[in-house]
Amino acid sequence: MDFAASLHLILPEEILSIAALVLLLVSAWAGDKASRAISVAACVALGAAFALVAPSVCGGASGPDTLAFGGQFAADAFAGMAKLMIFAAAGASLVIAPAFFERFRAMRAEYPVLVLLAVIGMCIMVSARDLITLYIGLELNSLAAYVLASFLRTDDRSAEAGLKYFVLGALASGILLFGMSLTYGFSGTTGFEGIHAALTGPMQTGALFGVIFVLASLAFKISAVPFHMWTPDVYEGAPTPVTTFFASAPKVAAMALTARVTLDAFGAQAEAWRQIVIFAALASIVVGALGAIGQSNIKRLLAYSSINNVGFILIGLAAGTQAGASAMLVYLAIYVAMTIGGFVSVLMLKDEAGEPVEAIADLAGLSRTRPALALCLAMVMFSLAGIPPLFGFWGKFVVFQAAVNAGFVPLAAIGIAASVIGAFYYIKIVKVMYFDEPADKVRGASDGAHWALLIISAVVISPLGYILTPWLGALADKAAAALFLGG
Amino acid sequence: MSGFPILSLMLLVPLVGAVACLFAEAKAARWIALAATLVDLALGILLWANYDVGGAQWQFTERLPLFAGFNYALGIDGIALLLIVLSVFLMPICIGASWIGITKRVGEYMAAFLLMETLMIGVFAAQDLYLFYIFFEAGLIPMYLIIGIWGGDNRIYAAYKFFLYTLLGSVLMLIAMLWMVHEAGTTDIPTLMNYDFPVQAQTWLFLAFFASFAVKMPMWPVHTWLPDAHVQAPTAGSVILAGVLLKMGGYGFIRFSLPMFPEASAHFAWLVFGLSMVAVVVTSLIALVQHDMKKLIAYSSVAHMAIVTVGLFAFNVQGIEGGMMVMLGHGLVSGALFLCVGVIYDRLHTREIARYGGLAINMPKYALFFMLFTMASVGLPGTSNFVGEFLSLVGIYQVSTWVTFVCTTGIILGAAYMLYLYARVVFGEQKHADAAAMPDLDTREWLMLAPLAAAVLWMGVYPESFLAPMRKDVAALDARIARAKPEGDSMLKIGEPKASAAHEEHAEGAH
Repeated sequence: MDFAASLHLILPEEILSIAALVLLLVSAWAGDKASRAISVAACVALGAAFALVAPSVCGGASGPDTLAFGGQFAADAFAGMAKLMIFAAAGASLVIAPAFFERFRAMRAEYPVLVLLAVIGMCIMVSARDLITLYIGLELNSLAAYVLASFLRTDDRSAEAGLKYFVLGALASGILLFGMSLTYGFSGTTGFEGIHAALTGPMQTGALFGVIFVLASLAFKISAVPFHMWTPDVYEGAPTPVTTFFASAPKVAAMALTARVTLDAFGAQAEAWRQIVIFAALASIVVGALGAIGQSNIKRLLAYSSINNVGFILIGLAAGTQAGASAMLVYLAIYVAMTIGGFVSVLMLKDEAGEPVEAIADLAGLSRTRPALALCLAMVMFSLAGIPPLFGFWGKFVVFQAAVNAGFVPLAAIGIAASVIGAFYYIKIVKVMYFDEPADKVRGASDGAHWALLIISAVVISPLGYILTPWLGALADKAAAALFLGG
Repeated sequence: MSGFPILSLMLLVPLVGAVACLFAEAKAARWIALAATLVDLALGILLWANYDVGGAQWQFTERLPLFAGFNYALGIDGIALLLIVLSVFLMPICIGASWIGITKRVGEYMAAFLLMETLMIGVFAAQDLYLFYIFFEAGLIPMYLIIGIWGGDNRIYAAYKFFLYTLLGSVLMLIAMLWMVHEAGTTDIPTLMNYDFPVQAQTWLFLAFFASFAVKMPMWPVHTWLPDAHVQAPTAGSVILAGVLLKMGGYGFIRFSLPMFPEASAHFAWLVFGLSMVAVVVTSLIALVQHDMKKLIAYSSVAHMAIVTVGLFAFNVQGIEGGMMVMLGHGLVSGALFLCVGVIYDRLHTREIARYGGLAINMPKYALFFMLFTMASVGLPGTSNFVGEFLSLVGIYQVSTWVTFVCTTGIILGAAYMLYLYARVVFGEQKHADAAAMPDLDTREWLMLAPLAAAVLWMGVYPESFLAPMRKDVAALDARIARAKPEGDSMLKIGEPKASAAHEEHAEGAH
């Protein structure tokens, strides 16, 4: 394949890179006054990339035509679908940011640029078919993310979050590099195809360690138990728009990356990694659920909720089938909608002075003082708990269906039984909002953009979301097929 | 009527009403809710009138493929018909019961009730496994809100308990459903009812479904959510809970557990009998010592539901018909009893039995109604519960005389706690001046109690109206599970039927 064709395949990434660099220069010259304009421009760049990627997903692009740079980069439907979700989530976190940061006079022009850079990193992550490409994408994303976490420079918690994220993230990168070098040592290649071929047959202990180390660092990125400890602190400390971003886009990217590494590179050794994934899945569900019960801060609670959700997504991965990969993508799409809805609701909780309200106790009686907001948040909660007829149920349904059809009935039974523990704290939020006497803390008015995003995500997770299922299912099936054909 | 989507219309009317109520003022919301439920009642009567007894097994079927294996498939047999009619009959009464008792957030309250109605009808009418699950599970949300927002002092604990207990039961059923669909390749309930699952797998499937239905039923020892939920729910919430929601468990046994897993059902019948025997005796004794009227009736519900389960798992026509009749009768009677409690609760705002006494003097009409429903609950011949309890016990007698013996004590104990309750509340001295000054029933309460009283008597005097629609379906179910029928210990010798004159007599005796 010639270079021009490769460059053509990575057109969305090129657009985003150029946009990021140009906007960086603009921000250097125009300063923070132009931050809104830069946000808009960044959204436009994301929209353009979205429009470029969409056809490859709808067409179910797969096979050798989608491989760029000698097979290091795959612009197939699987990567495409993940990218669409990443773009949507990144766009949402750009839209909600100005209203939040301006209150602290902290809306800086770098914010959209950093988000764009993180998005490029994630695009490389989901398309990576080589360990080196993977690492570059991961680091590009992570470095932007560390800065974003501590974006609210005047806030101690934000600085702490950034530092924690950086230290632990660096540790995870080290583990990843160690795992990668072991894998390279035992397979003699960094390309996924080559690793797949080299690991076919009986597995050596060294290679097994390579798999374990790679998976451990990926578990850190998706915040799966036992590598989840950073999540609540970072989610709580980071500014809420950044938390929205962390909880949605990088989750999608890291999940898609994990799926590609396990199903493609280590696809021949499914038995080796499956037990790790199963353990991580069940442990995430249980720890995410139990950890959330004692929380009094809604952002921390949503952090545990995201750990919990990662567990469910991993159940789809544990199935190890094409249907499982498809179910993962469907779950991720619904999860992104729920996460955005949840965090936008949190953003809209403000007291009279416009300061954010984060204590769960302050939400008491929200249904009487702010009925629309309470209704949306209650829908997010019931949806996260997976109660039909809300859309969150569909995500759980497809994931467990994949697990049952692949023969993992006990896994599915334990996983779903543990989901009941999670339901407890979701309905606790509903209880505080609907049953308790009003605390009347939440009084601040909200931005139009916040309302628009909240209503869009509320409609998606409402029963009306089921209208999307044929379309979503078909896209996810094509994407999953591309992953399996590629491997 | 064929071709007209009456079931969809019955689902749609309350749903539209619910949305309208959300945006309406308190007064308007009450009228919208009443209108919607009355329209649904009219549709329910129409449904019954057009139901072809002895016709096709599944009538009023509607089918629309939706997505990814989901079908919007509705249709009813006689069993579902009766339960739907029970639901739509109780709903206007529930709205009436909340007419003045509910003063805060009326629009949301009425919306929650109308949503419940849609979901309940959906559960009984669904012919697609996943559609059933969605209706079955979605009821958690409105019921959680009803108990939690409009309940009594300890409402939050009760709401949590209700939600988590029933959720834990149902999610395991979902996994079983996924497996069944994978194995059988269809989500169509009528097809699955005739699909023979491997006996080995049936055990697990049965247990998963049992976990769900036993909690909903509720069976001892997973019944503990019921007294809490009942006591804390508003009157109408209790009526719906006792009248219809508990029936979902029994309906599940009839529709899923028995026909889909006959061997496993036979295998676990003794588990069901054991739990039911304990339930009948233990919860009756618990009911005997209650100080709270609603709690007493809640425990009596558990005992009555135990009679339903023994009847259903008797594996014969009498038992299954009896179980169905107890469900219908109990739906009317316990609903009516909760209304009776609600009537005096509205006046004195306490459910403490000791705070009342001698109500027969100042509330004679109320005393009469309460008497009728008390007698019906005890199972006096001529009232609805007698028919069902008698048939259930006849059915179970063919399987085990000992189970019959234990369950029959439930009738005696039932008489004890109900009559004791009645004596303390209605007879005796008027110890408290405020209780003695309570006015008798007003028109609204008359309108609520009179139809229930009429229905209770109708079912008791001429049960054929209710037995006829389900006779064929029960026979079909009996034929389906006959191969797994457990050996009975009573060793009945069924005599030769005599000539025509004697046959008349026999038919009368059976009902």
